[in-house]
Amino acid sequence: MSIDLAALTKTLKERFGDEVLGHSAFRGQTVVRIKHTANVKILTFLRDDPSAAFDMLTDITCLDSLRLPDDMQKEYPERFAVVYQLTSLAHNDRLRVKAFVPEDPCEIETVSELWAAANWGEREAFDMFGVIFRGHPDLKRILMPDNYEGHPLRKDYPLKGRGERDNFPKYTELAN
Amino acid sequence: MSTVDEIKKIAPKASKEVFKTMSMNIGPQHPATHGTLRLKCELDGEIIVKIEPEIGFLHTGFEKLGEYRNYNQFVVISDRMNYLSPLNNNIGFAIACEELFGVTVPPRGQYIRVIMAELSRIADHVVSVGLQGMDLGAFSVMLWTFIEREKLYDIFEAVTGARLTTSWTRVGGVFRDVPPDFPELCNGFLAKFPAVIDEIEYMLNKNRIFMDRTIGVGALTKEEAISHGVTGPILRACGVNYDIRKTKPYLCYSELNFDVPMRTEGDVYARYQVRLAEMRESIKIVKQALEKLPGGGKNPDKLPVNSVDHKVVLPPKDMVYHDMESLIHFFKLTMPGHGLIPPKGEVYSSTETPNGELGFYLVSDGTGLPYRVRIRPPSFYNYTTFVKQATGRLISDAVACMASINVIAGELDR
Repeated sequence: MSIDLAALTKTLKERFGDEVLGHSAFRGQTVVRIKHTANVKILTFLRDDPSAAFDMLTDITCLDSLRLPDDMQKEYPERFAVVYQLTSLAHNDRLRVKAFVPEDPCEIETVSELWAAANWGEREAFDMFGVIFRGHPDLKRILMPDNYEGHPLRKDYPLKGRGERDNFPKYTELAN
Repeated sequence: MSTVDEIKKIAPKASKEVFKTMSMNIGPQHPATHGTLRLKCELDGEIIVKIEPEIGFLHTGFEKLGEYRNYNQFVVISDRMNYLSPLNNNIGFAIACEELFGVTVPPRGQYIRVIMAELSRIADHVVSVGLQGMDLGAFSVMLWTFIEREKLYDIFEAVTGARLTTSWTRVGGVFRDVPPDFPELCNGFLAKFPAVIDEIEYMLNKNRIFMDRTIGVGALTKEEAISHGVTGPILRACGVNYDIRKTKPYLCYSELNFDVPMRTEGDVYARYQVRLAEMRESIKIVKQALEKLPGGGKNPDKLPVNSVDHKVVLPPKDMVYHDMESLIHFFKLTMPGHGLIPPKGEVYSSTETPNGELGFYLVSDGTGLPYRVRIRPPSFYNYTTFVKQATGRLISDAVACMASINVIAGELDR
Protein backbone atom coordinates (compact mmCIF):
# COMPACT_ATOMS: atom_id res chain seq x y z
CA MET A 1 0.00 0.00 0.00
CA SER A 2 1.67 3.14 -1.11
CA ILE A 3 0.71 6.54 -2.38
CA ASP A 4 0.37 7.29 -6.06
CA LEU A 5 3.02 10.00 -5.98
CA ALA A 6 2.52 10.96 -9.61
CA ALA A 7 -1.15 11.70 -8.95
CA LEU A 8 -0.27 13.52 -5.75
CA THR A 9 2.22 15.83 -7.43
CA LYS A 10 -0.40 16.54 -10.11
CA THR A 11 -2.97 17.41 -7.44
CA LEU A 12 -0.46 19.69 -5.76
CA LYS A 13 0.24 21.46 -9.04
CA GLU A 14 -3.46 21.95 -9.72
CA ARG A 15 -4.25 23.09 -6.24
CA PHE A 16 -1.34 25.43 -5.59
CA GLY A 17 -0.42 26.49 -9.12
CA ASP A 18 2.74 28.56 -9.32
CA GLU A 19 3.68 27.91 -5.74
CA VAL A 20 4.71 24.39 -6.67
CA LEU A 21 7.85 24.77 -8.74
CA GLY A 22 8.10 21.21 -9.92
CA HIS A 23 9.02 17.71 -8.91
CA SER A 24 11.66 15.17 -9.72
CA ALA A 25 12.59 11.63 -8.84
CA PHE A 26 15.94 9.93 -8.28
CA ARG A 27 16.33 6.28 -7.25
CA GLY A 28 12.57 6.05 -6.75
CA GLN A 29 12.42 8.95 -4.28
CA THR A 30 10.16 11.86 -5.15
CA VAL A 31 11.05 15.46 -4.38
CA VAL A 32 8.51 18.26 -4.61
CA ARG A 33 10.00 21.73 -4.94
CA ILE A 34 7.93 24.62 -3.60
CA LYS A 35 8.19 28.35 -2.93
CA HIS A 36 9.08 29.25 0.63
CA THR A 37 6.01 31.48 0.99
CA ALA A 38 3.65 28.54 0.61
CA ASN A 39 5.31 25.99 2.87
CA VAL A 40 2.69 25.98 5.65
CA LYS A 41 -0.22 25.78 3.19
CA ILE A 42 1.23 22.90 1.20
CA LEU A 43 2.52 20.96 4.20
CA THR A 44 -0.83 21.32 5.97
CA PHE A 45 -2.49 19.88 2.88
CA LEU A 46 0.00 17.02 2.76
CA ARG A 47 -0.54 16.23 6.41
CA ASP A 48 -4.34 16.45 6.48
CA ASP A 49 -5.45 15.22 3.07
CA PRO A 50 -6.42 11.54 3.36
CA SER A 51 -4.82 10.70 0.01
CA ALA A 52 -1.44 11.84 1.36
CA ALA A 53 -1.69 11.67 5.19
CA PHE A 54 1.96 12.41 5.91
CA ASP A 55 1.48 12.33 9.64
CA MET A 56 5.14 12.16 10.62
CA LEU A 57 7.82 14.74 9.96
CA THR A 58 10.81 12.44 9.94
CA ASP A 59 13.42 15.10 9.53
CA ILE A 60 13.87 18.73 8.74
CA THR A 61 17.15 20.08 7.50
CA CYS A 62 18.65 22.62 5.18
CA LEU A 63 20.90 22.71 2.12
CA ASP A 64 23.21 25.49 1.01
CA SER A 65 23.49 25.51 -2.79
CA LEU A 66 26.42 27.95 -2.91
CA ARG A 67 29.06 25.51 -4.18
CA LEU A 68 26.85 23.26 -6.30
CA PRO A 69 27.93 22.77 -9.94
CA ASP A 70 26.04 24.90 -12.43
CA ASP A 71 23.81 22.18 -13.84
CA MET A 72 22.55 21.32 -10.36
CA GLN A 73 22.28 24.93 -9.32
CA LYS A 74 19.59 25.42 -11.96
CA GLU A 75 17.22 23.52 -9.70
CA TYR A 76 17.86 25.97 -6.88
CA PRO A 77 16.14 29.31 -7.52
CA GLU A 78 17.40 30.56 -4.15
CA ARG A 79 20.52 29.89 -2.13
CA PHE A 80 19.01 27.81 0.68
CA ALA A 81 16.58 24.94 0.58
CA VAL A 82 14.74 23.80 3.69
CA VAL A 83 14.20 20.06 3.24
CA TYR A 84 11.28 18.28 4.86
CA GLN A 85 11.34 14.48 4.94
CA LEU A 86 7.75 13.34 5.34
CA THR A 87 6.58 9.86 6.25
CA SER A 88 3.05 8.55 6.00
CA LEU A 89 2.52 5.76 8.51
CA ALA A 90 -0.93 4.97 7.08
CA HIS A 91 0.26 4.61 3.49
CA ASN A 92 3.83 3.56 4.32
CA ASP A 93 5.39 6.00 1.93
CA ARG A 94 7.78 8.92 1.94
CA LEU A 95 7.99 12.28 0.25
CA ARG A 96 10.62 14.98 0.29
CA VAL A 97 9.60 18.63 0.08
CA LYS A 98 12.10 21.37 -0.63
CA ALA A 99 11.22 24.99 0.08
CA PHE A 100 13.68 27.50 -1.33
CA VAL A 101 14.71 30.34 0.96
CA PRO A 102 16.53 33.44 -0.34
CA GLU A 103 19.75 34.64 1.25
CA ASP A 104 18.24 37.93 2.35
CA PRO A 105 15.81 37.92 4.11
CA CYS A 106 16.68 34.37 5.13
CA GLU A 107 13.24 33.66 6.56
CA ILE A 108 10.55 31.02 6.29
CA GLU A 109 7.36 30.30 8.20
CA THR A 110 7.66 27.69 10.98
CA VAL A 111 5.82 24.37 10.81
CA SER A 112 6.13 23.63 14.52
CA GLU A 113 2.36 24.07 14.78
CA LEU A 114 1.89 21.14 12.44
CA TRP A 115 4.43 18.72 13.88
CA ALA A 116 6.02 18.93 17.31
CA ALA A 117 9.17 17.42 15.81
CA ALA A 118 9.78 20.64 13.88
CA ASN A 119 10.57 22.52 17.09
CA TRP A 120 14.07 21.11 17.58
CA GLY A 121 14.59 20.38 13.91
CA GLU A 122 14.09 24.02 12.99
CA ARG A 123 16.30 25.14 15.84
CA GLU A 124 19.07 22.99 14.42
CA ALA A 125 18.55 24.32 10.90
CA PHE A 126 18.69 27.86 12.29
CA ASP A 127 21.82 27.06 14.28
CA MET A 128 23.67 25.48 11.39
CA PHE A 129 22.43 27.57 8.43
CA GLY A 130 21.02 30.76 9.87
CA VAL A 131 17.56 30.29 8.39
CA ILE A 132 15.06 32.15 10.56
CA PHE A 133 11.78 30.36 11.16
CA ARG A 134 9.12 33.00 11.70
CA GLY A 135 6.68 32.22 14.51
CA HIS A 136 8.87 29.54 16.09
CA PRO A 137 8.12 29.36 19.84
CA ASP A 138 11.74 29.32 20.98
CA LEU A 139 14.20 29.95 18.17
CA LYS A 140 17.70 29.82 19.61
CA ARG A 141 20.87 27.85 19.06
CA ILE A 142 20.68 24.19 19.98
CA LEU A 143 24.05 22.57 19.28
CA MET A 144 26.48 25.49 19.18
CA PRO A 145 27.07 27.73 22.22
CA ASP A 146 24.75 30.72 22.58
CA ASN A 147 27.51 33.26 22.01
CA TYR A 148 28.76 31.61 18.83
CA GLU A 149 28.98 33.73 15.71
CA GLY A 150 28.23 32.41 12.27
CA HIS A 151 26.49 29.29 11.01
CA PRO A 152 28.94 26.43 10.57
CA LEU A 153 27.22 24.30 7.92
CA ARG A 154 27.01 27.13 5.41
CA LYS A 155 29.30 26.42 2.49
CA ASP A 156 31.25 29.67 2.94
CA TYR A 157 32.15 28.70 6.49
CA PRO A 158 35.62 27.09 6.58
CA LEU A 159 36.08 23.57 7.96
CA LYS A 160 38.61 24.64 10.55
CA GLY A 161 36.53 27.56 11.76
CA ARG A 162 37.25 31.24 11.91
CA GLY A 163 39.79 31.22 14.69
CA GLU A 164 37.35 30.29 17.46
CA ARG A 165 39.85 27.82 18.84
CA ASP A 166 42.62 30.40 19.02
CA ASN A 167 40.64 32.78 21.15
CA PHE A 168 39.69 30.65 24.09
CA PRO A 169 40.01 32.68 27.30
CA LYS A 170 43.15 31.52 29.06
CA TYR A 171 42.98 30.51 32.70
CA THR A 172 46.43 31.33 34.03
CA GLU A 173 45.91 31.28 37.78
CA LEU A 174 46.35 27.51 37.98
CA ALA A 175 49.78 27.69 36.37
CA ASN A 176 51.24 29.86 39.13
CA MET B 1 -0.02 10.49 38.40
CA SER B 2 -1.14 9.10 41.74
CA THR B 3 2.15 9.65 43.57
CA VAL B 4 2.39 13.25 42.49
CA ASP B 5 -1.19 14.00 43.49
CA GLU B 6 -0.63 12.37 46.87
CA ILE B 7 2.47 14.42 47.56
CA LYS B 8 0.68 17.58 46.50
CA LYS B 9 -2.09 16.72 48.98
CA ILE B 10 0.26 15.93 51.86
CA ALA B 11 2.66 18.86 51.35
CA PRO B 12 1.67 21.81 53.52
CA LYS B 13 0.15 24.61 51.50
CA ALA B 14 2.17 27.29 53.27
CA SER B 15 5.47 25.98 51.95
CA LYS B 16 4.46 27.02 48.48
CA GLU B 17 4.23 30.67 49.44
CA VAL B 18 7.45 30.64 51.43
CA PHE B 19 9.70 28.82 48.98
CA LYS B 20 7.84 29.18 45.69
CA THR B 21 9.98 27.33 43.17
CA MET B 22 13.63 26.44 43.18
CA SER B 23 15.78 26.20 40.10
CA MET B 24 18.13 23.27 39.87
CA ASN B 25 20.70 22.26 37.35
CA ILE B 26 21.32 18.63 36.43
CA GLY B 27 24.39 17.89 34.37
CA PRO B 28 26.21 18.25 32.03
CA GLN B 29 28.31 15.86 34.10
CA HIS B 30 25.96 13.65 36.04
CA PRO B 31 25.72 9.86 36.16
CA ALA B 32 21.98 9.85 35.49
CA THR B 33 22.27 11.86 32.30
CA HIS B 34 24.07 9.09 30.36
CA GLY B 35 26.52 11.41 28.73
CA THR B 36 26.86 15.13 28.51
CA LEU B 37 23.31 16.40 28.78
CA ARG B 38 22.14 19.33 30.82
CA LEU B 39 18.69 19.83 32.33
CA LYS B 40 17.52 23.16 33.69
CA CYS B 41 14.71 22.43 36.14
CA GLU B 42 12.23 24.57 38.03
CA LEU B 43 11.17 22.59 41.06
CA ASP B 44 8.24 22.87 43.41
CA GLY B 45 9.46 20.65 46.21
CA GLU B 46 10.36 17.51 44.34
CA ILE B 47 7.96 18.12 41.50
CA ILE B 48 9.27 19.42 38.21
CA VAL B 49 7.31 22.50 37.16
CA LYS B 50 9.40 23.30 34.15
CA ILE B 51 12.28 21.47 32.57
CA GLU B 52 14.45 22.53 29.71
CA PRO B 53 16.99 20.17 28.19
CA GLU B 54 20.12 21.75 26.81
CA ILE B 55 22.11 19.72 24.33
CA GLY B 56 25.15 20.21 22.15
CA PHE B 57 27.94 19.50 24.65
CA LEU B 58 29.23 16.69 22.47
CA HIS B 59 28.77 18.48 19.16
CA THR B 60 31.62 17.33 16.95
CA GLY B 61 30.56 18.63 13.54
CA PHE B 62 30.14 15.22 11.88
CA GLU B 63 27.99 16.71 9.13
CA LYS B 64 30.55 19.38 8.28
CA LEU B 65 33.39 16.86 8.48
CA GLY B 66 31.45 14.55 6.17
CA GLU B 67 31.64 17.13 3.39
CA TYR B 68 35.43 16.84 3.45
CA ARG B 69 35.71 13.03 3.63
CA ASN B 70 34.96 10.53 0.90
CA TYR B 71 32.22 7.96 1.24
CA ASN B 72 34.38 5.21 2.73
CA GLN B 73 36.15 7.56 5.11
CA PHE B 74 32.84 8.63 6.62
CA VAL B 75 32.26 5.09 7.90
CA VAL B 76 34.85 5.83 10.57
CA ILE B 77 32.86 8.88 11.67
CA SER B 78 29.64 6.88 11.78
CA ASP B 79 31.16 4.65 14.51
CA ARG B 80 31.25 7.57 16.84
CA MET B 81 27.56 8.40 16.58
CA ASN B 82 25.75 5.76 18.56
CA TYR B 83 28.56 4.27 20.55
CA LEU B 84 26.38 1.51 21.99
CA SER B 85 25.76 0.00 18.56
CA PRO B 86 28.36 1.28 16.09
CA LEU B 87 27.72 -1.60 13.70
CA ASN B 88 24.18 -0.42 13.07
CA ASN B 89 25.51 3.01 12.14
CA ASN B 90 28.11 1.49 9.79
CA ILE B 91 25.48 -0.63 8.08
CA GLY B 92 22.98 2.22 7.87
CA PHE B 93 25.52 4.47 6.20
CA ALA B 94 26.66 1.75 3.82
CA ILE B 95 23.08 1.09 2.74
CA ALA B 96 22.52 4.79 2.09
CA CYS B 97 25.68 4.94 -0.03
CA GLU B 98 24.72 1.82 -1.96
CA GLU B 99 21.37 3.36 -2.78
CA LEU B 100 23.15 6.47 -4.05
CA PHE B 101 25.72 4.51 -6.07
CA GLY B 102 23.16 1.97 -7.29
CA VAL B 103 25.16 -1.02 -6.07
CA THR B 104 23.71 -4.24 -4.72
CA VAL B 105 25.40 -6.47 -2.20
CA PRO B 106 25.39 -10.24 -2.85
CA PRO B 107 23.27 -12.46 -0.55
CA ARG B 108 26.16 -13.64 1.62
CA GLY B 109 27.10 -10.04 2.37
CA GLN B 110 23.50 -9.18 3.19
CA TYR B 111 23.11 -12.10 5.59
CA ILE B 112 26.36 -11.28 7.36
CA ARG B 113 25.22 -7.69 7.78
CA VAL B 114 21.86 -8.78 9.15
CA ILE B 115 23.50 -11.09 11.68
CA MET B 116 25.89 -8.40 12.86
CA ALA B 117 23.14 -5.76 12.95
CA GLU B 118 20.98 -7.95 15.14
CA LEU B 119 23.83 -8.91 17.46
CA SER B 120 24.58 -5.22 17.76
CA ARG B 121 20.92 -4.54 18.50
CA ILE B 122 21.10 -7.07 21.33
CA ALA B 123 24.26 -5.37 22.64
CA ASP B 124 22.50 -1.99 22.61
CA HIS B 125 19.24 -3.17 24.19
CA VAL B 126 20.94 -5.24 26.84
CA VAL B 127 23.01 -2.27 28.00
CA SER B 128 20.03 0.03 27.76
CA VAL B 129 17.94 -2.28 29.96
CA GLY B 130 20.84 -2.69 32.36
CA LEU B 131 21.35 1.04 32.74
CA GLN B 132 17.62 1.51 33.17
CA GLY B 133 17.79 -0.96 36.02
CA MET B 134 20.81 0.78 37.50
CA ASP B 135 19.12 4.18 37.43
CA LEU B 136 16.20 2.72 39.34
CA GLY B 137 18.38 1.06 41.95
CA ALA B 138 18.81 -2.44 40.51
CA PHE B 139 22.58 -2.34 40.17
CA SER B 140 23.06 -6.07 39.65
CA VAL B 141 21.11 -6.01 36.38
CA MET B 142 23.67 -3.62 34.99
CA LEU B 143 26.51 -5.94 35.98
CA TRP B 144 24.86 -8.96 34.32
CA THR B 145 24.11 -7.11 31.13
CA PHE B 146 27.63 -5.76 30.81
CA ILE B 147 28.96 -9.32 31.02
CA GLU B 148 26.77 -10.20 28.03
CA ARG B 149 27.95 -7.16 26.13
CA GLU B 150 31.54 -8.22 26.66
CA LYS B 151 30.74 -11.59 25.07
CA LEU B 152 29.19 -9.81 22.11
CA TYR B 153 32.18 -7.53 21.84
CA ASP B 154 34.37 -10.62 21.59
CA ILE B 155 32.35 -11.67 18.53
CA PHE B 156 32.61 -8.17 17.07
CA GLU B 157 36.34 -8.24 17.64
CA ALA B 158 36.66 -11.55 15.82
CA VAL B 159 34.68 -10.23 12.84
CA THR B 160 35.64 -6.57 12.59
CA GLY B 161 38.96 -6.44 14.41
CA ALA B 162 37.72 -3.88 16.92
CA ARG B 163 35.41 -3.94 19.88
CA LEU B 164 33.88 -0.48 19.72
CA THR B 165 35.14 1.52 16.76
CA THR B 166 34.32 -1.18 14.28
CA SER B 167 34.40 0.74 10.93
CA TRP B 168 33.32 -2.51 9.39
CA THR B 169 31.38 -1.69 6.25
CA ARG B 170 32.49 -0.25 2.93
CA VAL B 171 30.41 1.02 0.07
CA GLY B 172 29.24 -2.19 -1.58
CA GLY B 173 30.20 -4.60 1.14
CA VAL B 174 32.31 -5.12 4.21
CA PHE B 175 36.05 -4.96 4.62
CA ARG B 176 36.56 -8.70 4.96
CA ASP B 177 34.67 -11.96 5.22
CA VAL B 178 33.74 -13.41 8.61
CA PRO B 179 36.12 -15.87 10.29
CA PRO B 180 35.43 -19.59 9.60
CA ASP B 181 34.21 -20.25 13.13
CA PHE B 182 31.67 -17.40 12.95
CA PRO B 183 28.51 -19.61 13.22
CA GLU B 184 29.96 -21.39 16.25
CA LEU B 185 30.82 -18.09 17.92
CA CYS B 186 27.27 -16.79 17.42
CA ASN B 187 25.57 -20.05 18.37
CA GLY B 188 27.70 -20.27 21.50
CA PHE B 189 26.43 -16.87 22.54
CA LEU B 190 22.82 -17.50 21.51
CA ALA B 191 22.65 -20.78 23.44
CA LYS B 192 23.30 -19.05 26.75
CA PHE B 193 21.77 -15.63 26.18
CA PRO B 194 18.01 -16.42 26.52
CA ALA B 195 18.68 -17.50 30.10
CA VAL B 196 20.03 -14.02 30.82
CA ILE B 197 16.85 -12.39 29.49
CA ASP B 198 14.85 -14.76 31.67
CA GLU B 199 16.98 -13.77 34.62
CA ILE B 200 16.43 -10.04 33.96
CA GLU B 201 12.70 -10.62 33.62
CA TYR B 202 12.66 -12.67 36.81
CA MET B 203 14.42 -9.87 38.62
CA LEU B 204 12.53 -6.84 37.28
CA ASN B 205 9.18 -7.76 35.75
CA LYS B 206 7.34 -8.29 39.02
CA ASN B 207 9.66 -6.23 41.16
CA ARG B 208 7.52 -3.93 43.30
CA ILE B 209 10.00 -1.05 43.31
CA PHE B 210 10.69 -1.30 39.59
CA MET B 211 6.99 -1.47 38.75
CA ASP B 212 6.09 1.46 40.96
CA ARG B 213 8.76 3.61 39.42
CA THR B 214 8.03 2.72 35.81
CA ILE B 215 4.34 1.90 35.28
CA GLY B 216 2.49 5.03 34.17
CA VAL B 217 5.68 7.09 34.21
CA GLY B 218 6.45 9.13 31.13
CA ALA B 219 3.44 7.80 29.25
CA LEU B 220 3.07 9.11 25.71
CA THR B 221 0.02 8.76 23.52
CA LYS B 222 0.18 7.50 19.97
CA GLU B 223 -0.55 10.93 18.50
CA GLU B 224 2.05 12.71 20.64
CA ALA B 225 4.71 10.20 19.71
CA ILE B 226 3.98 10.46 15.97
CA SER B 227 3.89 14.25 16.07
CA HIS B 228 7.27 14.35 17.81
CA GLY B 229 8.79 12.08 15.19
CA VAL B 230 9.54 9.39 17.77
CA THR B 231 10.71 6.06 16.36
CA GLY B 232 12.02 2.74 17.59
CA PRO B 233 11.07 0.95 20.81
CA ILE B 234 9.50 4.11 22.26
CA LEU B 235 7.07 4.44 19.35
CA ARG B 236 6.25 0.74 19.41
CA ALA B 237 5.61 0.93 23.15
CA CYS B 238 2.89 3.48 22.28
CA GLY B 239 1.14 0.99 20.02
CA VAL B 240 2.33 2.10 16.59
CA ASN B 241 3.44 -0.73 14.36
CA TYR B 242 6.35 0.99 12.66
CA ASP B 243 9.54 -0.90 12.12
CA ILE B 244 11.54 -0.16 8.97
CA ARG B 245 12.70 -3.77 8.86
CA LYS B 246 9.04 -4.61 8.08
CA THR B 247 7.66 -1.50 6.39
CA LYS B 248 10.54 -0.90 3.99
CA PRO B 249 12.63 -4.07 4.25
CA TYR B 250 16.30 -3.59 3.47
CA LEU B 251 19.05 -6.22 3.21
CA CYS B 252 17.41 -9.65 3.46
CA TYR B 253 14.93 -8.92 6.24
CA SER B 254 12.00 -9.82 3.96
CA GLU B 255 13.29 -13.41 3.80
CA LEU B 256 13.37 -13.79 7.58
CA ASN B 257 10.50 -14.51 9.87
CA PHE B 258 10.14 -12.31 12.95
CA ASP B 259 7.55 -10.31 14.84
CA VAL B 260 7.51 -6.68 15.84
CA PRO B 261 6.87 -6.53 19.59
CA MET B 262 4.41 -3.86 20.65
CA ARG B 263 2.75 -2.49 23.76
CA THR B 264 0.05 0.13 24.02
CA GLU B 265 0.75 1.83 27.35
CA GLY B 266 3.59 4.04 26.11
CA ASP B 267 5.21 4.31 29.54
CA VAL B 268 8.69 3.43 30.76
CA TYR B 269 7.64 -0.11 31.72
CA ALA B 270 6.24 -0.73 28.24
CA ARG B 271 9.51 0.43 26.64
CA TYR B 272 11.44 -1.93 28.89
CA GLN B 273 9.16 -4.79 27.83
CA VAL B 274 9.48 -3.91 24.15
CA ARG B 275 13.28 -3.92 24.43
CA LEU B 276 13.32 -7.33 26.10
CA ALA B 277 10.93 -8.74 23.50
CA GLU B 278 13.00 -7.27 20.68
CA MET B 279 16.07 -9.05 21.98
CA ARG B 280 14.19 -12.35 21.75
CA GLU B 281 13.18 -11.50 18.19
CA SER B 282 16.78 -10.63 17.35
CA ILE B 283 17.86 -14.05 18.60
CA LYS B 284 15.27 -15.59 16.26
CA ILE B 285 16.56 -13.53 13.34
CA VAL B 286 20.22 -14.39 13.96
CA LYS B 287 19.43 -18.11 14.23
CA GLN B 288 17.48 -18.11 10.96
CA ALA B 289 20.11 -16.02 9.21
CA LEU B 290 22.88 -18.35 10.36
CA GLU B 291 20.97 -21.32 8.96
CA LYS B 292 20.35 -19.59 5.65
CA LEU B 293 23.80 -17.98 5.41
CA PRO B 294 25.00 -18.82 1.89
CA GLY B 295 28.29 -20.64 2.12
CA GLY B 296 28.09 -21.04 5.90
CA GLY B 297 31.04 -20.08 8.03
CA LYS B 298 33.78 -21.66 5.95
CA ASN B 299 32.44 -20.52 2.58
CA PRO B 300 33.98 -23.41 0.56
CA ASP B 301 32.65 -22.14 -2.81
CA LYS B 302 34.15 -18.69 -2.24
CA LEU B 303 30.80 -16.93 -2.57
CA PRO B 304 31.33 -13.18 -2.80
CA VAL B 305 30.70 -11.04 0.26
CA ASN B 306 31.15 -7.72 -1.48
CA SER B 307 29.69 -6.40 -4.66
CA VAL B 308 31.62 -7.63 -7.70
CA ASP B 309 31.39 -4.17 -9.24
CA HIS B 310 35.06 -3.30 -8.91
CA LYS B 311 34.45 0.27 -9.93
CA VAL B 312 33.11 0.72 -6.40
CA VAL B 313 34.61 -2.07 -4.30
CA LEU B 314 38.35 -2.73 -4.12
CA PRO B 315 39.22 -5.91 -6.04
CA PRO B 316 40.89 -8.70 -4.01
CA LYS B 317 44.68 -8.48 -3.87
CA ASP B 318 45.35 -11.68 -5.87
CA MET B 319 43.29 -10.21 -8.71
CA VAL B 320 45.20 -6.93 -8.50
CA TYR B 321 48.52 -8.72 -8.91
CA HIS B 322 47.45 -10.87 -11.86
CA ASP B 323 44.87 -8.86 -13.76
CA MET B 324 45.49 -5.58 -15.56
CA GLU B 325 41.90 -4.34 -15.24
CA SER B 326 41.81 -4.98 -11.50
CA LEU B 327 45.07 -3.12 -11.09
CA ILE B 328 43.53 -0.11 -12.83
CA HIS B 329 40.43 -0.31 -10.63
CA PHE B 330 42.63 -0.54 -7.56
CA PHE B 331 44.59 2.55 -8.55
CA LYS B 332 41.53 4.56 -9.44
CA LEU B 333 39.69 3.66 -6.25
CA THR B 334 42.58 4.65 -4.02
CA MET B 335 43.29 7.95 -5.83
CA PRO B 336 41.30 10.93 -4.59
CA GLY B 337 38.83 12.27 -7.13
CA HIS B 338 39.06 9.26 -9.43
CA GLY B 339 37.36 6.07 -8.40
CA LEU B 340 34.54 6.20 -5.96
CA ILE B 341 32.27 8.73 -7.62
CA PRO B 342 28.49 8.52 -7.40
CA PRO B 343 26.11 10.04 -9.95
CA LYS B 344 24.65 13.48 -9.24
CA GLY B 345 21.56 13.24 -7.12
CA GLU B 346 20.31 12.82 -3.59
CA VAL B 347 18.90 10.00 -1.52
CA TYR B 348 17.37 9.65 1.90
CA SER B 349 17.84 6.18 3.25
CA SER B 350 16.93 4.94 6.67
CA THR B 351 17.45 1.80 8.68
CA GLU B 352 16.06 0.54 11.95
CA THR B 353 18.73 0.94 14.61
CA PRO B 354 18.16 -0.03 18.25
CA ASN B 355 17.01 3.50 19.09
CA GLY B 356 14.82 3.97 16.03
CA GLU B 357 15.09 5.33 12.55
CA LEU B 358 18.61 6.31 11.59
CA GLY B 359 18.44 8.22 8.34
CA PHE B 360 21.15 9.47 6.04
CA TYR B 361 20.34 12.20 3.55
CA LEU B 362 23.19 12.24 1.05
CA VAL B 363 23.51 14.88 -1.64
CA SER B 364 26.09 14.17 -4.31
CA ASP B 365 27.42 16.77 -6.73
CA GLY B 366 29.19 14.18 -8.86
CA THR B 367 32.56 14.41 -7.12
CA GLY B 368 34.28 12.01 -4.78
CA LEU B 369 33.18 13.95 -1.71
CA PRO B 370 29.54 14.19 -0.66
CA TYR B 371 28.03 17.66 -1.01
CA ARG B 372 25.98 17.23 2.12
CA VAL B 373 25.70 14.44 4.66
CA ARG B 374 22.69 14.90 6.86
CA ILE B 375 22.31 12.43 9.69
CA ARG B 376 18.82 11.95 11.06
CA PRO B 377 19.58 10.68 14.54
CA PRO B 378 16.84 8.75 16.34
CA SER B 379 17.89 10.05 19.76
CA PHE B 380 17.43 13.68 18.71
CA TYR B 381 13.73 13.31 17.93
CA ASN B 382 13.10 10.83 20.74
CA TYR B 383 14.58 13.28 23.20
CA THR B 384 12.16 16.06 22.15
CA THR B 385 9.44 14.23 24.06
CA PHE B 386 11.40 14.39 27.29
CA VAL B 387 9.91 17.74 28.34
CA LYS B 388 6.44 16.29 27.94
CA GLN B 389 7.32 13.16 29.89
CA ALA B 390 9.03 14.82 32.83
CA THR B 391 6.95 17.96 33.43
CA GLY B 392 4.68 17.64 36.46
CA ARG B 393 6.47 14.60 37.79
CA LEU B 394 9.11 13.90 40.43
CA ILE B 395 12.83 14.31 39.72
CA SER B 396 13.30 10.59 40.19
CA ASP B 397 10.72 9.99 37.45
CA ALA B 398 12.72 12.21 35.12
CA VAL B 399 15.68 9.89 35.68
CA ALA B 400 13.52 6.90 34.79
CA CYS B 401 12.29 8.62 31.61
CA MET B 402 15.80 9.61 30.61
CA ALA B 403 17.04 6.04 30.99
CA SER B 404 14.14 4.63 28.98
CA ILE B 405 14.66 7.02 26.05
CA ASN B 406 18.25 5.75 25.90
CA VAL B 407 19.67 9.07 24.75
CA ILE B 408 23.11 8.65 23.25
CA ALA B 409 24.89 11.99 23.35
CA GLY B 410 27.16 11.04 20.46
CA GLU B 411 24.32 10.77 17.97
CA LEU B 412 22.18 13.42 19.66
CA ASP B 413 24.80 16.13 19.18
CA ARG B 414 26.77 14.66 16.27
